[in-house]
Amino acid sequence: MFRERGINEIHSVLKKVDDPELPSVSVLDLGMVHDIHLVGNNVFITMVPTFAGCPALEIIESNVKQAVEDVSWVKVCDVQFTFDYQWSTEAITEHGKNQLKKHGISPPPENYHQGDEWTVECPFCGSDYTSMENVFGPTACRSILYCSACRNPFEAMKPVVSYSKS
Amino acid sequence: MKLVETAEQAKQDPSYLKAVTELIYQLADDDFIISFRGSEWLGLAPHIEEDVAYSSITQNTMGHAVMFYELLEQLGEGKADVLAHERQPKDRKNGCYLEKRNGEGAYHGEPYFDWALAVVRNYFYETFKQIKLEAISDGSYKPLANVAKKALMEQTYHLAHWKMWMKQLQKSTDEAQERMELRIVEAWDEFGDVLELGDCAEDMQRHAIITSSEELKGKWLQEVTNTITNVPNKPLKQIYGNGRNGEHTVDLEQALETFAEVYNSDKTAIW
Repeated sequence: MFRERGINEIHSVLKKVDDPELPSVSVLDLGMVHDIHLVGNNVFITMVPTFAGCPALEIIESNVKQAVEDVSWVKVCDVQFTFDYQWSTEAITEHGKNQLKKHGISPPPENYHQGDEWTVECPFCGSDYTSMENVFGPTACRSILYCSACRNPFEAMKPVVSYSKS
Repeated sequence: MKLVETAEQAKQDPSYLKAVTELIYQLADDDFIISFRGSEWLGLAPHIEEDVAYSSITQNTMGHAVMFYELLEQLGEGKADVLAHERQPKDRKNGCYLEKRNGEGAYHGEPYFDWALAVVRNYFYETFKQIKLEAISDGSYKPLANVAKKALMEQTYHLAHWKMWMKQLQKSTDEAQERMELRIVEAWDEFGDVLELGDCAEDMQRHAIITSSEELKGKWLQEVTNTITNVPNKPLKQIYGNGRNGEHTVDLEQALETFAEVYNSDKTAIW
């Protein structure tokens, strides 16, 4: 019973640990938390990194550790990144997608297959009359686009899915 | 095929350990040096969108190098930071062509770098990396196969980017076509060792960590010759020697000196 309550509590804490560059988008909503495990009063969290070269990973790791260790009954929180499971943009929750839009970032397309073309709707006006300016954006996970309907530049999460041989 | 699930398991078989360690050094050192050369283009790319794209690719690729150095750390080779910063040129396994300077001049001076070299080098390299990672993702060393799968998710974007430049510049102005052709012919003499797997190649294949270098090379040639307008009519060579055996040029010394300058100034600093 305690165990279940404990995991739920850690879960709610992680809902408040945001991506360092995207306040209000939590690591949980980004799909980065793979597993929460309790051993007595110690918490073990396994996370999956988004992009391999993302410089924010260490900050995320220490923010998660800090937030969990601030819970009164937690003694130590250990955070590990694993490559045994691959993160994909499919892992982002509905809530996460809505929060991304508030930052002017369109969420990634659903059911995307590697190599397919994809349409991105403007996060401001919802139009699909948009064009890709640069598939590479200010961070590894984002692209730069332009909306011809409302004439705003915006960003989009680029689809990243498991590699399948063509 | 017998899967090897962990580093501890790999350490039980000395011949397996040697083969897998050797392959990961090649992957790590290749990604490391090409992203160092890529980072020297920061602020110098032909236009601002390209600057964003190239530095993003470079950052990802350096991230791939870090994953490979960490796999080596797990295999008992020492700390990832030390492996990246402190190894002497003779211990480095990257292909020689990848360490070549970006052109005339230097980053902190008069950088007369050559974009045709950047495009040809990155396209040739990323094409081979894609083929190699695909082979490894089916391989017997599970931790490495997982890292390869991770890298492949990003690799598609990198390769598509350089292929686009290859196609566009080869159809562009006379000057562009000429300069591209010059670099392609040059690469034909210098790229050879990048396609090699070194002395342990047979063991790598026997242990099903990766397929044969002949197969990899064949796939690379097929892809690259489809994209090049005028394929050089001569065999591929490696005029600088074989980087897989620790043979390197002075360009690698220059790169390492620059890369490790801050690190060497205070090795105990915490970042």
